[in-house]
Amino acid sequence: MDFAEKETRFTANRLVFLQWAVVAVFVFLISGFWRLQILDPDYYTRLAERNHIKELPTPAPRGRILDRSGHLLVDNYPSFSIIAQWGDGKKLQEHFPGIAEGLGMETAELAQRVETARRRTPYRPIVLREKASWQDVAFIESHRSEFPELDLMTVQRRLYPPEGFAAHLLGYVGEVSENDLDLPELALLPPGDQVGKAGIERQYNDVLQGTDGARRVVVNSYGTELAVLDERPPKPGKDLRLTLDYDLQAIAEQGFQAEIGALVALDPRTGEVLALVSRPAFDPNLFTAGISNEDWSRLIHDSGIPLLDRAIQAQLAPGSIFKVLSATASLETGIADENTTFYCPGGSVFYGRYFKCWEKRGHGRVNLHQAIVHSCDVFFYNLGKNLGVERLADYSVQYGLGRKTGIDLPNEESGTVPSPEWKERLFREKWYAGETISLAIGQGALTVTPLQLAYSYGGIASGGYFARPHLVSKQNLETLGRKLPQPAEVRLALQEETVAAITDALYGVVNEGGTGGRARIPGLDVGGKTGTAQIASVEAARSAKQSGEALEDNAWFVGLAPRRNPEIVVAVLYQAGQHGSLAAPLARDVIKAYFDKKKGIQPQFAQGAKPQKQVVEPRPAAGLGG
Amino acid sequence: MTRLLSWRDSDWILLSVLVLIATLGVVQIYSATAGTRFAGAHLRQISWVLLGLGLMIAFCFYDYHNVLNHAPWLYLLALALLIATLVVGSEVGGARRWLRLGGFSFQASEVAKLVIILLLARFFGESQIEGVSLSDFSKVVAAVGIPTALIIVQPDLGTALTFFPIAGIALFLGGLKLRYFGLLFLAGLLALPVALHFMKPYQKARIATFRNPEQDPKKSGYQILQSKIAVGSGQLWGKGTAQGTQTQLRFLPVPHTDFIFAAYAEEHGFFGVLFALLLYLIAMLRLVQNAQVAPDSAGMFLIAGVLGVFAFQILVNVGMVVGYLPVTGIPLPLMSYGGSSVVFTFVAIGLVNSVRIRRFVN
Repeated sequence: MDFAEKETRFTANRLVFLQWAVVAVFVFLISGFWRLQILDPDYYTRLAERNHIKELPTPAPRGRILDRSGHLLVDNYPSFSIIAQWGDGKKLQEHFPGIAEGLGMETAELAQRVETARRRTPYRPIVLREKASWQDVAFIESHRSEFPELDLMTVQRRLYPPEGFAAHLLGYVGEVSENDLDLPELALLPPGDQVGKAGIERQYNDVLQGTDGARRVVVNSYGTELAVLDERPPKPGKDLRLTLDYDLQAIAEQGFQAEIGALVALDPRTGEVLALVSRPAFDPNLFTAGISNEDWSRLIHDSGIPLLDRAIQAQLAPGSIFKVLSATASLETGIADENTTFYCPGGSVFYGRYFKCWEKRGHGRVNLHQAIVHSCDVFFYNLGKNLGVERLADYSVQYGLGRKTGIDLPNEESGTVPSPEWKERLFREKWYAGETISLAIGQGALTVTPLQLAYSYGGIASGGYFARPHLVSKQNLETLGRKLPQPAEVRLALQEETVAAITDALYGVVNEGGTGGRARIPGLDVGGKTGTAQIASVEAARSAKQSGEALEDNAWFVGLAPRRNPEIVVAVLYQAGQHGSLAAPLARDVIKAYFDKKKGIQPQFAQGAKPQKQVVEPRPAAGLGG
Repeated sequence: MTRLLSWRDSDWILLSVLVLIATLGVVQIYSATAGTRFAGAHLRQISWVLLGLGLMIAFCFYDYHNVLNHAPWLYLLALALLIATLVVGSEVGGARRWLRLGGFSFQASEVAKLVIILLLARFFGESQIEGVSLSDFSKVVAAVGIPTALIIVQPDLGTALTFFPIAGIALFLGGLKLRYFGLLFLAGLLALPVALHFMKPYQKARIATFRNPEQDPKKSGYQILQSKIAVGSGQLWGKGTAQGTQTQLRFLPVPHTDFIFAAYAEEHGFFGVLFALLLYLIAMLRLVQNAQVAPDSAGMFLIAGVLGVFAFQILVNVGMVVGYLPVTGIPLPLMSYGGSSVVFTFVAIGLVNSVRIRRFVN
């Protein structure tokens, strides 16, 4: 075969052309690296980091809540939340069906959740499910490579006492809502973070909250965690010690059984709240992992309004309880003294209208002491007429009604002290003189909260020292670096004779065959006053008439001991109660337990009734009592 | 004739540059596979390189004219191997590309590549006339078309594509008028819809993704994106051997084969890339030089064919790594892990050297 040389200029030229073509190819390729590595390296470096570095929030556990002697009321327990790292939004959306199936939810529901979270806090991890079950955890762990955007976050959840124990005052926590994020201190919270929504949890959220930490970890493309890059440990929230007395609270809670009502026990010397009950209660544990729609709907449609904190929010007519305020005002203004008497024939005419006494047979001639002991209406009609509505209203406000006491709980109500000016402003109607007569015995448009009554009685019996009610003491607030809200107290210079007359009368109510005999405790200097109010308030009466609801009596009792400078005042409300007679014994039980504890006798009633510590699934324990 | 041959006339620059590139490849394979199920691949790669070097030396001393004489028989053998691959080849991921023979697996397409170079070198070496006649052209198309078709149906479109530059360069140096290249280009454009029709869905997806990488972030687009991230995040100096997060944490797909240059770029940066590409450029320019000094036109065509295959593979593979070209699965010569490719490369270089050391013979 002949391989003769065939060298021509032509091929030589074309080889030179090839040579330059090769050089051109390399210039072309180098330009690619120039673009990526020299012109835009930071962009790709960021993408590379986003690929392999995941930031996982480590939520700070909230501070625990304790009673005055360190008894644990609210604790935490660990659980997992399922979170999705936003990263590549398209990728996450593609995985919706698979993730939804694995977690047993609807794709639409999942998409909705992600969309809401994304709008609120873009580029931050999304909580897909609070409180993951063990099946959920297993699903995440076994699908790490398939859904690398999913992760588990250890969260400390709230564990509240069972049976709605102290539910209203403790409150509950919930996920930060869009409204909350407007508040500067909440705006930077990570998604799914729990903040106090009600009660102490809300009032002292900044103390309890703590600061979340974070962990940056290296992951591979299968989502497996390889190493921890750095860690910012969470700062746990501070524990909060309340003035609440667990034993007194337990006795009070149990005393209501299935009844609707409220109880407030204060130490008037300091304003410390010893017990604060509202019934019916709810289970705050329902809120700890995001309340379900069914549970929420049940709570808000319950006719017993379990979310209402009756101790500070129920605004009801005080009835005869108010007579003590009428009496105090009369003594202070001098329109009456210990010897002032009126004759009660069972009723009397004022301003052309007949007002009857609850005792149809009449009380005969009574002085102020007897009038309070036997709760004579006619006596107080006369006092009211002589005092006049302006002074009556004015003194009532001084004694703590018609204004907020300033307790450290959110959403306290102020009640209403009616006056001609108030009526004109609200209803554009003239004040009828007859209304003053009703007002003097605590009826009509006058409304109060149970807390106000305890506050008011405590202030009067303490000679005019009205200490602002609170659940966290001044000393505790100072240790937490917070100041006591001002004013800490209101001082009225009540005359000694006035205080003596009133407190003696209160003693009489309980110990001298008066209406509060059931509150008697042998060997203890207990005073008190009963009350029954027929109508809740003008507004309530109107709305009740419209809705056709039956209006039932509200039964009140306010007890205190000892009668002068009392250590404890207990206000009890039984709403719509045929069981009004239970109010006085319940106050008695709480007062007795208080003094028993002082003597070192543990109230056997509440023995062993501690909130059960539960690890994974908090369920209400069988009961409170031991 | 043989007496005048000297091993010392070898292209030492070319050989050392290629050994250097193979070394970079081995190190990068080690870095990319340590701790994975492919661990130890670098040792196998070393043995392939050693085998390749042995074959290269053997082919240096073997007169390439003898090989060219056997080209038609080798061609038929290659076709037989390709058909055997289609019939009894082992199936991996829906494609039959590998032929098992006595405990070894190899890709017949690599053999076919070499054989086509030889066949065309012989064909154009024999031709005495200047320019390419229509009958010559038809013969070339038929000779290249048959193995190309057999490889396309494996399917291995990427490897099939490497036959075009071989034929193209041969026709170009053979004297095909430039306007016919224009015509060929037009014909190619017209054939495109037909080709698309026969494409597998994944191939269509790759092309679609290449044109719009964000469209399909998890699959081919994901590969291109991760490759670009790896390269870009390597910056000027790179993250260091075995330090590339994209490579080590498996974000980069197949970092020891098709995407080895992305892994290399991530760990050694722009300067590392310049160094490696410079080595490749030197190798290519040495091939051109060797073609220029070839003792006869058959030798020149042989070297030009080898140059065409290499340059094309480098262009397509590295172009893919920087996101300029679609994902094709063409290995980077001497760096990508794989025995068939390494052995083919060294045998081809052996033939080139065989031409070179005979440059003073006449």
